[in-house]
Amino acid sequence: MKKLTITDLEKLRQKIQEDHTVREGKALATINLHMGTCGIAAGMRKVMTALLQEIEAKDIKNVRVSTSGCAGLCSREPMATVLIAGQPPVKYADLTDEKIRRILNEHVLGGNLVKEYVLAVGSERVG
Amino acid sequence: MPYRLHMLLCAGTGCVSNRSLEVKEALEKEIQQRGLESEIQVIATGCNGFCGVGPIVLVQPDGIFYQQVKVRDIPALVEEHLVKGRPYKKLMFTPSKEAEPIPKMNDIPFFGKQMLIALRNRGLIDPENIEEYIARDGYKALAKVLSSMTPEQVIEEVKVSGLRGRGGGGFPTGLKWEVCRNAIGDEKYLICNCDEGDPGAFMDRSIVESDPHSVIEGMAIGAYAVGILQAYIYVRMEYPLALKRFILALDQAREYGLIGENILGTSFSFDIEVHRGAGAFVCGEETALIASIEGKPGEPRAKYVYPAQQGLRDMPTLINNVETWANIPVIIQRGAKWFSSIGTRDVSESEQGGSTGTKVFSLVGKVNNTGLVEVPMGIKLREIIYDIGGGIAGGKRFKAVQTGGPSGGCLPEELLDLPVDFDRLLSVGSMMGSGGMIVMDEEDCMVDVARYFIDFLNGESCGKCTPCREGLRQMREILNRICDGKGEDADIQKLEDLSELMVEGSLCALGGTAPNPVLNTLRYFKDEYVAHIKDRRCPAGTCQALITYRIDAEKCTGCALCAKHCPVNCISGEPKKLHTIEISACIKCGTCYDACRFDAVIRK
Repeated sequence: MKKLTITDLEKLRQKIQEDHTVREGKALATINLHMGTCGIAAGMRKVMTALLQEIEAKDIKNVRVSTSGCAGLCSREPMATVLIAGQPPVKYADLTDEKIRRILNEHVLGGNLVKEYVLAVGSERVG
Repeated sequence: MPYRLHMLLCAGTGCVSNRSLEVKEALEKEIQQRGLESEIQVIATGCNGFCGVGPIVLVQPDGIFYQQVKVRDIPALVEEHLVKGRPYKKLMFTPSKEAEPIPKMNDIPFFGKQMLIALRNRGLIDPENIEEYIARDGYKALAKVLSSMTPEQVIEEVKVSGLRGRGGGGFPTGLKWEVCRNAIGDEKYLICNCDEGDPGAFMDRSIVESDPHSVIEGMAIGAYAVGILQAYIYVRMEYPLALKRFILALDQAREYGLIGENILGTSFSFDIEVHRGAGAFVCGEETALIASIEGKPGEPRAKYVYPAQQGLRDMPTLINNVETWANIPVIIQRGAKWFSSIGTRDVSESEQGGSTGTKVFSLVGKVNNTGLVEVPMGIKLREIIYDIGGGIAGGKRFKAVQTGGPSGGCLPEELLDLPVDFDRLLSVGSMMGSGGMIVMDEEDCMVDVARYFIDFLNGESCGKCTPCREGLRQMREILNRICDGKGEDADIQKLEDLSELMVEGSLCALGGTAPNPVLNTLRYFKDEYVAHIKDRRCPAGTCQALITYRIDAEKCTGCALCAKHCPVNCISGEPKKLHTIEISACIKCGTCYDACRFDAVIRK
């Protein structure tokens, strides 16, 4: 390890901080993968791996991948919900590796919904 | 692949002794078996603070808090949370039997009222990896002072912040730095006092175990401000984990060029050496500590001259406690104004007065939630004990809270609304001390508590000053006598006279404050002393010589549980009929009292 200067320290910090967004609970967007029994049976684990690999390949640091249970429409699994601060949640259904990659690139990073895969915009009323 | 979840597993001393390392091993194995090791990262952190419910696992980014995690829980936890994405309710914190489990750490009242400065990174970083500290803005304050502040400006900032020494004395830190900077000496030294010895206190240990670099960075800033090349960290050998993490952190900081020659490429050079102490209580006193580093017996000297002017090897020596050092980087980074806005009084009123910032306490004893807490100065004792601590365990009644360690005192129920700061605690006859806080309930005898502390001090007195050495011994004799039911009418007066002599005639603060446990319990709980001496009665039911056990004829169901547990077989009775205790054979161990499920054993 080369001894750091003040500039090196800042550069190193920025690099590590990007890897630590998960730890801090901060992110630009969250992709919530529905992993109930139905989702898993329909192949969500494979979709999740594809998504994580895409995130790694593109070196994306500020997108958070979370998992949750069944979204209630088991026949259309695998499903995912994209949550971006200040925007209504968007649900996608019948996912595949290719579809989740497009959702990541076009919707989460590009800001445009992948309309042909969208199941619903907004969420159910709670309580 | 990037990690989608970080599992932060507490590996502080408390959780480790609750087998958290075995939990970690099981967790890693289970994750591997399910092929999740590329998605989920397991990190061992320092003390999380909620020691009473360990081992603890915090899952980020969602902030889900799992407690009392055992090896056998791991398969279900991994299946539910990691595979299916459903937080696992069974391991969540549940405040009472009727309440719903609380999934998120920040929603748990124990954490909600806390404010973290010294403990800012606790449970969030791996203390054995310097890059984790750097990610949380570590060494940013050091870079700031080296690149844009003069030593005078640094001292001014610390002065304006109102920071006072967290080791117990509460001396204004900035002023100490200024005195040391202006002192004349060929060389100057810096010392970090990590010789924490109060019974029931573990603040400094936890800071070092969870975030050693925060202390090292603070020391480097202090060295720059005062003009010091060489520093020592004085750690007691009873803290093996803290010692290990300090040494590891120093090696890493040296490797990264954050201590050593030409720090961060500037002309500032400074290095730190670890000195292991043997664990004598008196060595927490700064002059005794300095003597110990010099290789002399750990005995204090009179402080006609402060160590800041003449300390180690007769050179000006800047000595501060672990928690004080850990506060420094935050003050530099966020500014003195921000720091001084927290606490009980604005420092603009009086430069040296007021208590600003936060204080770390180890909250122990008869509260529901024991652990390490950091709270803003000025918080009420009641908030610490009832809101954070969750009230008194077992539905018992609060009696007293002991603050300030052996030099402090026991505060009664009337003072629960007292704001906690240096000056207020002193005004009621206790002190801040280094931050021990022991909560006692109705079953704790205050004479016995005083006896415990006097006995502790008697063992730890270095023996240099006769009033302290002999005074403590006499006090112990008197207190033993009172607890044994042989107290005499004149004993209270004798205790008071001895106290006065010790306060006047001892060199160091430890001797001068040694009678405090007695004086303070006499001040607030004199009736208990009187009950012991006059009525030969211990109201709390603690002092064995003054209590007897018997069985309530109406409540006893004849279940025979007491007889089964009695170690001397002095309880007899036929099944389903009243049992009796043979008083002459009873050793008053209290086993039957604890075993009875019907409150039928009476202790009086």
